[in-house]
Amino acid sequence: MKKILIIGATSAIAEATARRYAKKGSKLYLIARNGERLATLATDLKIRGASSVDTALLDVNERGSQGPVLEQATKTLGLIDVALIAHGTLGDQKGCEQDAEKALLEFETNAVSTLALLTRLATIFEKQHAGTIAVISSVAGDRGRPSNYVYGTAKAAITTFCEGLQARLFKSGVHVLIIKPGLVATPMTEGLSLPAMLVAEPDLVARDIVRAIEKRTDTLYTPWFWKYIMAIIIHIPTALFKKANL
Amino acid sequence: MNPLQSIHGWGRFPVIEAKGVAPLDMSGVKVAVQDHGVGGMIARGLGRSYGDSSLAKFVVETRYLNHILDFDSDTGMVTCNAGISLATLLEVFVPKGWFLPVTPGTKHITLGGAVASDVHGKNHHVSGCFCKYVECIELLTGPDNVLHCSRTSHPELFHASCGGMGLTGIILSVTLRLKPVSSAYIDQQTIKVSNLSEVLALFEANHAATYSVAWIDSLATGSALGRSLLMTGEHSSGNMLAGPDKHPITIPADMPSSLLNRFSIKLFNSLYYNRITKKEVKKRVHYEPFFYPLDGIQHWNRLYGKNGFTQYQFVISKEAGQEGMNRILKEIAASGKGSFLAVLKAFGKQNSNYLSFPLEGYTLALDFKIEEGLFPLLEHLDAMVLDYGGRIYLTKDVRMSEKTFRQSYPRWQEFQAIREQYGTIGIFSSYQSRRLGLDT
Repeated sequence: MKKILIIGATSAIAEATARRYAKKGSKLYLIARNGERLATLATDLKIRGASSVDTALLDVNERGSQGPVLEQATKTLGLIDVALIAHGTLGDQKGCEQDAEKALLEFETNAVSTLALLTRLATIFEKQHAGTIAVISSVAGDRGRPSNYVYGTAKAAITTFCEGLQARLFKSGVHVLIIKPGLVATPMTEGLSLPAMLVAEPDLVARDIVRAIEKRTDTLYTPWFWKYIMAIIIHIPTALFKKANL
Repeated sequence: MNPLQSIHGWGRFPVIEAKGVAPLDMSGVKVAVQDHGVGGMIARGLGRSYGDSSLAKFVVETRYLNHILDFDSDTGMVTCNAGISLATLLEVFVPKGWFLPVTPGTKHITLGGAVASDVHGKNHHVSGCFCKYVECIELLTGPDNVLHCSRTSHPELFHASCGGMGLTGIILSVTLRLKPVSSAYIDQQTIKVSNLSEVLALFEANHAATYSVAWIDSLATGSALGRSLLMTGEHSSGNMLAGPDKHPITIPADMPSSLLNRFSIKLFNSLYYNRITKKEVKKRVHYEPFFYPLDGIQHWNRLYGKNGFTQYQFVISKEAGQEGMNRILKEIAASGKGSFLAVLKAFGKQNSNYLSFPLEGYTLALDFKIEEGLFPLLEHLDAMVLDYGGRIYLTKDVRMSEKTFRQSYPRWQEFQAIREQYGTIGIFSSYQSRRLGLDT
């Protein structure tokens, strides 16, 4: 029976991942901001087969609360097999371009809060000498694009931070998984006109995540084809890239 | 709020431009309804109704309202948000020994949709429609109005909403009684039947079978008119609740609609009919291929090409039985527009929901690709169906006239009176409800 901690548990990808773990009878500890939705999700997961579901409320931007919440989670779960960080906002790129405070708030939510959580989790896992820390980054962090570079910058920060953690925690037997989803049909992307062919369902992404945790993959592009799309995108010469409207 | 998007029903005709919103919880639904105000909106689940019943200029999409809220493992009573799919319910509850009390031919519909269409299945003759097993629903009739509806609480609204095509409001949650099973498998019997009178007699003879349905070759003529494969099924008794994990194949793009013509379809139907060489075949099959053969092919609706198709499903009274079916089948076969296998089924008694489709008699469902000359043919068939005391299934309909609707759903005025009473006329409306004169 695996013990799974999920931060940002009501996000669509986290929810789909939690359902997969629930089906296997895992013990879950869910952290999110919206208490009502968290309670609904907890009941759902219990009926789907989770052996237990505990929850805690947290606004990740209240960094002072992060420590106590994680401490409580550790107390409840004991040894944590998997910690998944899944919170995030897509933000309003156009708004961020005009308003520095807005841009920094986006960065706060998508990067600073995550770096703080990662730092705390790294300490916990280093002592455990086992387990997986999985973080949802994004293909958007692979190269800055005019349509979402504020979001992309935050995800790039997470990716780089995790690369460092991977090497640091490797010595303690701890696995760090960087998850880079492409376009996923979630409430976060609701309202965007996305090319239907490229949009994945959250459950497919969740399946890949669970598999990558089992296989102790370092970086997961999901669905798989994004690995190749991004390989091309990061190699487009800047002179050309600037002209393309991506 | 989402930008304009193209939406359509399962038949991919018509395609309309609509705005949509996909709320994350009940308060999100209230906000959506409040913000949109008046002007016509409809709840939309997985978009599996064939015609225009889930189409409106503004749609409230229920895809994120997909949580299981309560389950009693002693009674099998389950409460879920309306956007959960029957596929999910099966995935979660079959391993625990519970099955859907009634299921249509696809599991990719939402619970809310199943209630709004009061769907039926292969066990209608013994088990009735889906809503018979619905204990209660939470129904949003306005931004500040969520009503608990059951047979004892707002009973008339409950009966209007069961089969009410979403026109009484947005179904938020449903409490359903599941049925205990000890196996995920079905003991299936297939009987090869050479004509119509034989198949109708066999339905009669197999009345005690839990499940029965016939795949009928709608292009066969003369003495072979009505040749079919009758399938019956019973839940197996062995303790086999797990099943094979199969992945569906996908139709990747629109097929040229010319691919489907009277020759190719004749050939297919002939091959299908003759795939069974013995008079009777017994087999134990998983519930998936038994109930959901077409779910094995994702996007099978693309087979009919980019202009789309419609499924014409009608029922005629038992008295009209053989004579009526005979005449209608002849008409279809003569038109040459028949489709892949049509589905024939004997219905049990009708229920007390105002707009539920089934009534005691025989129902036939066939696909027609949208093409010139189709609608006049269907108009002609409508008249015959009406003559035989029947009607057309609203969940499949995309073109029935207001007059036909009023004649064949005699309780429409009572239905409207309840909508009037709860103030949902004009608030919750679809392309279909406007076409049928229920909204303007």
